[in-house]
Amino acid sequence: MNEHLIEVQELTKVYGAGPAAVHALDGVNLIIDEGEFVAIMGASGSGKSTVMNILGCLDRPTDGQYWLGGEDVSKLNKAQLADIRNRQIGFVFQSYNLLARSSALKNVMLPLMYSRRERRSASEREKLAREALEAVGLGDRTDHRPNEMSGGEQQRVAIARALVNEPLLILADEPTGNLDTSSSQEVVDILRGLHERGRTIIMITHEPDLGAQAERIVTLIDGRVVDGEEG
Amino acid sequence: MNLWQTGQVAWEGIAVNKVRSLLTMLGIIIGVAAVIIMMGVSAGTEATIAERIAGLGSNLIMVSRGFGGGGGGPGGHGFESEGLNYEDTLSIGEQVSGINGVVAEQIAMSQIVRADSSTIETDVVGAMPDFPQVRGVKLADGRFFSQQDLDRKAKVAVLGHTTAQELFGDADPIGQSITVGNVRLTVVGVMDEKGLVGETDYDQRIYVPLTVAFDRFTMSRRFGDRVMTVYVQAESPDTIESAITEIDALLRRRHELTAMDQADFTIYTQGDIIETQEATTGAFRSLLAWVAGVSLLVGGIGIMNIMLVSVTERTREIGIRQAVGAAPSDIRLQFLVEALVLSLVGGLIGVGVGVGGSWLFGRTSDMRTVVVWSSIVLAFCSAAAVGIFFGFFPANRASQLDPIEALRHE
Ligand SMILES: Nc1ncnc2c1ncn2[C@@H]1O[C@H](COP(=O)(O)OP(=O)(O)O)[C@@H](O)[C@H]1O
Ligand SMILES: [Mg+2]
Repeated sequence: MNEHLIEVQELTKVYGAGPAAVHALDGVNLIIDEGEFVAIMGASGSGKSTVMNILGCLDRPTDGQYWLGGEDVSKLNKAQLADIRNRQIGFVFQSYNLLARSSALKNVMLPLMYSRRERRSASEREKLAREALEAVGLGDRTDHRPNEMSGGEQQRVAIARALVNEPLLILADEPTGNLDTSSSQEVVDILRGLHERGRTIIMITHEPDLGAQAERIVTLIDGRVVDGEEG
Repeated sequence: MNLWQTGQVAWEGIAVNKVRSLLTMLGIIIGVAAVIIMMGVSAGTEATIAERIAGLGSNLIMVSRGFGGGGGGPGGHGFESEGLNYEDTLSIGEQVSGINGVVAEQIAMSQIVRADSSTIETDVVGAMPDFPQVRGVKLADGRFFSQQDLDRKAKVAVLGHTTAQELFGDADPIGQSITVGNVRLTVVGVMDEKGLVGETDYDQRIYVPLTVAFDRFTMSRRFGDRVMTVYVQAESPDTIESAITEIDALLRRRHELTAMDQADFTIYTQGDIIETQEATTGAFRSLLAWVAGVSLLVGGIGIMNIMLVSVTERTREIGIRQAVGAAPSDIRLQFLVEALVLSLVGGLIGVGVGVGGSWLFGRTSDMRTVVVWSSIVLAFCSAAAVGIFFGFFPANRASQLDPIEALRHE
């Protein structure tokens, strides 16, 4: 069981109670191994984001098990979950979620600021952040603020932020949802490059063209995985 | 994040909304400044009064004519109290033991004073031989009056330091003649500098024998040889008690009062004045504490209010920080430090305003102000405590936000 990076069993998520309850997830099973590049696809409202948030330790399931790197995540407290988000997971959101008042560099440095394991000096943090920005092709935009950048550039800053702490897992929830076709392809290219260098990538997308570039497609319908449960 | 980084983040949060931050700090600024200014005024007043009391002389017992009725009973003095007179003063000097000296004074009204070359207007004070000793004003040159001068009503005068210079410049005043009002007097002595004690300028005076003052420089003949206050100097602090007892007995005898009658005089010491003073400033102090406390409370509520608004406005930022690994304790610390920085900066500005205000207040009013260091420390620490106390609730609320809900917040 422990050889899998992610193992999820009978995951359910219910919003609300009684007759009005929404079963966003209805018994999801999923296995993802280290180094995979997985696309999650499905209609709007099928529960993709809900799964992703649970995988990213941002949310907790109503029921079911989730092992991340062999660890039972449902037993962890808020501070421990924060530490996992910091060390093991890089999140990329559809709406970028950058700090509007901070430069690209400051945004990318943010995860390093909250590292509890490794205490890096200010110059070390800056160096790592610059390297991450260079890796997404934004080495010359470090001092720009989000409102001074295009959507594609902002999303690349967000990717730099997701990878700066060298997490095992990068989760991207419709990272191209707000981008035009060419920017979208750039973002997917970067994710593929990261995958080639050994990162595990899970990406939600609506677009079959982009989904097809992953190694495996997991399809969700009405809160259930109907295809691609296991690699 | 370490505290320094948290402080930087907090500072950025404050700097974004400068006007709002300043308005938030206003309560703290006013509270802290109020503490410093009011403590400064009260300390200044206390210092002035302490100086004034010390300036009266040392080991003093003061006897004043009593308030109101006096002896009342059969054989008494009726409703119109005679109070104290020159004879009372002399008999205290003769009969009470354990004392260095006794003086009564009459502050006469101001008079035109002429010397050969100059004319000034100044206060003429009737005094007795023990004046320099009892009132702690030293003689610079010549001599003071003797009892003989008083008995013979000698036409002599002793000049205050400034008066001597105004009348005679560098020339030696001893033996010179001056005309005070319409009385010719011979200068026999000059007093040393004493300066201002309270509002009384000892250097701007002319002293004449008390008996001469009674005869020639009195507001009204009706006053006769009555005096307002008799100053008695005890030999040492230890003899004050016994001297008071003797004075009381002596004056009762002289005024034909029994031990049961209400005295037509009041005896008190410098210690009594200080005690009365302390009771007043004590009341003033507790009023101060209330004002400061209420200001700081209002300031603290202001900080809490703005921090709650800030937490709501920045919910998404909180979500982002949580998503990249900020633990509840990190978020709590960030907002707590932000509240603390707000109150400390407010406190610092308040200290500036308070010190500047004290100085300005001292300059522009006749009240004296003193900057009390302990009040600065106290005010500053209270500001910090207010920041932490009122910052905790908003900070805790921020730390408990759910990451997903925070990220969805628009
Ligand atoms: N906070 C919430 N409260 C109530 N219902 C929710 C909430 N979040 C998601 N849902 C519901 O759960 C279902 C799955 O949502 P989501 O995972 O966002 O779908 P997807 O990302 O696939 O579009 C939807 O029906 C949605 O309305
Ligand atoms: Mg979604």
